[in-house]
Amino acid sequence: MRSQYIPVLIQLALAAGFAGSLLVLTHLFGPSRPAAAKLSPFECGVDPVDQAHHRFSVKFYLVAMLFILFDIEAIFFYPWALIFKGAISSGLFLLIEMGTFALVLLAGFFYIWRKGVLEWA
Amino acid sequence: MMAWAMEWVPVLIKILVAFFVVLTLTAYLTLAERKFSAYMQDRCGPNRTGPFGLLQPLADGIKFIFKEDVIPTEVHRTYYVLAPALLLVPALLGYIVIPFGDTLIVAGRTIPLQIADVDLGILYIFAIAGLSVYGLFMAGWASNNKYSLLGGLRSSAQMVSYELTLGLSLVGALLVFGTSNLRDIVHLQTGHWDLGPLSIPKWGIFLQPLGFLLFLVSAFAESNRLPFDLPEAENELVGGYHTEYGSMKFAMFFMGEYIGMITMSALATTFFFGGWHVPGLAALNLSHNAAALAGVAAFCLKTGFFLFLFIWVRWTLPRFRYDQLMSLSWKGVFPAAMLNVFLTGFCLYAFHRFM
Amino acid sequence: MIFAVLPDILFYLFALLAVGGALSVLTRRNPMTCAASLVVSVLSVALLYFLLSAHFVGVAQMIVYAGAIVVLFIFVIMLLNLTDRELGRGRMTLFKIFGAFLALSVLAILAPGMRSMVELEPSGGPGPAYGGTAEVGRLLFGEYLLPFELTSILILAAMVAGVVLAKRDLTPKRLFSLIDWLLALADRLSILRSPQKRERKQGGAGGEAE
Repeated sequence: MRSQYIPVLIQLALAAGFAGSLLVLTHLFGPSRPAAAKLSPFECGVDPVDQAHHRFSVKFYLVAMLFILFDIEAIFFYPWALIFKGAISSGLFLLIEMGTFALVLLAGFFYIWRKGVLEWA
Repeated sequence: MMAWAMEWVPVLIKILVAFFVVLTLTAYLTLAERKFSAYMQDRCGPNRTGPFGLLQPLADGIKFIFKEDVIPTEVHRTYYVLAPALLLVPALLGYIVIPFGDTLIVAGRTIPLQIADVDLGILYIFAIAGLSVYGLFMAGWASNNKYSLLGGLRSSAQMVSYELTLGLSLVGALLVFGTSNLRDIVHLQTGHWDLGPLSIPKWGIFLQPLGFLLFLVSAFAESNRLPFDLPEAENELVGGYHTEYGSMKFAMFFMGEYIGMITMSALATTFFFGGWHVPGLAALNLSHNAAALAGVAAFCLKTGFFLFLFIWVRWTLPRFRYDQLMSLSWKGVFPAAMLNVFLTGFCLYAFHRFM
Repeated sequence: MIFAVLPDILFYLFALLAVGGALSVLTRRNPMTCAASLVVSVLSVALLYFLLSAHFVGVAQMIVYAGAIVVLFIFVIMLLNLTDRELGRGRMTLFKIFGAFLALSVLAILAPGMRSMVELEPSGGPGPAYGGTAEVGRLLFGEYLLPFELTSILILAAMVAGVVLAKRDLTPKRLFSLIDWLLALADRLSILRSPQKRERKQGGAGGEAE
């Protein structure tokens, strides 16, 4: 079972080596002619105004939070989906089990919808 | 020692060949994209390097390598340099679990045409795909540029939203197949239903039409392609998270994106279009190896079709607005995917009970 | 051969990375470096699960922790974008020393218990399906059904709490009811009423301006 993952390890080493060597090669082969204008942050031709690190809308935070919660929900769907076919004779029971779980979360989903979290305007 | 070599040499060969093929395909996908785009706009496209511009990707590659490696002064150097690698490595890890053919029999040994036959299958791909968001984050944050930061934030929010729907859209298919191993999923799709005079291949698309549609939408958004390419919306954000990148580092972002497209196309083929299965091939009585090779060709054709679809859609649909994109994911695709899951479950149960 | 010792080598490698990443989270000042170290730590733990043949748990760790929770942390870091000045210099406060002491004492209490709980030589080893997704599903929807269902309540509570914290002042407090929602939906869908409404709104705004 474990040996299934050995090709993955080999591929990981290969991919990391490839990405690393690309970074090194382009650094070695490219010319280096630094200039103040070239090295300043790009801002459509004007001199950069202020630092780039501003505070951002709380919306992004809310999206990430909702993503975590529904991702946990999705994680529970996979084992359920995989045993469903094998236990199809008790399928109604499994459906009710998962239905209860999803219904509670759907209540939360409608609360979120109603609260206007999903509006971006 | 011999047995050990016999076991691992084919694996190494497969890894290297697949690596080469995927990278070449990536390079030529950029050419294909430019060519098709040109034809769709009544232009010629690149045609100067080599016959029909066929050497263009090579020229591009050489040019990228020999371009100046600009590292702006304001950036966080470590993360700035690391970001393209963080995007490329997960992309390169994703495709290896996808089976591209049946088995070949060489010198009495059965070699599955797949690099890593992992039981987790699709779950492994989700786990890896979830990591690629860090590359975008790092690029956007480390560049210390307003466009980059905004692009990085946008694309991360977009990617996490559509990752969720991508996962949920396949739960229906998992219910139907009852396994997450991609090789088993393809095996379950070989065969036919005979409906009177019609003979329909047992492909997933016929069982999961809604699931396929939702998967396709999520796959487009997940690979940041038009109509969902908000992160790099050039007329709003210059270049999005890769505004400050040049030389090979810039190319690495694109390689990541194109390899992601290849993986998504291959997944669509595997889950909904029978993978390497060719309808009616069994009737031809080919030898095992010949049939397997025909299967590989079929897999490539089907995947190629989806890759073409990516380009086709790019010049067909206009770009979404950001709020439309987010509400499509959360108010449209997500509830529809949930509906699909329970509808599929209920249909499976009803089918078992009453048929 | 190498395959006999490979699991051991990997175990020590990932264990080292997990602990090192965790320490780096505590000691670094730059929040982004802390988050990156946390990712390293979390991923190493996921790979340790894989080495223990707990494949589904490993993947869940990768998807939920590395793919979602740390992403939230990074969003918060970018949201606040604290400058070095706002972060302040790292100081050794009494509180931190007390915290370190507390953590170490918890470890000291737990460690002997953990050692005795681990069965060093599992009889026969795990079966082929052990730790797979379906196996977890069988346990989750059989023996551990109640905890699973209760998880949904926990997630619901987290959802509501997050929304209340983030959007406290943006919306009026009103009880949610399905009828309310349907009314609002009908309101939005009706074309007949909307021009009047807009007129009224404009009139109101104009009145205030005067």
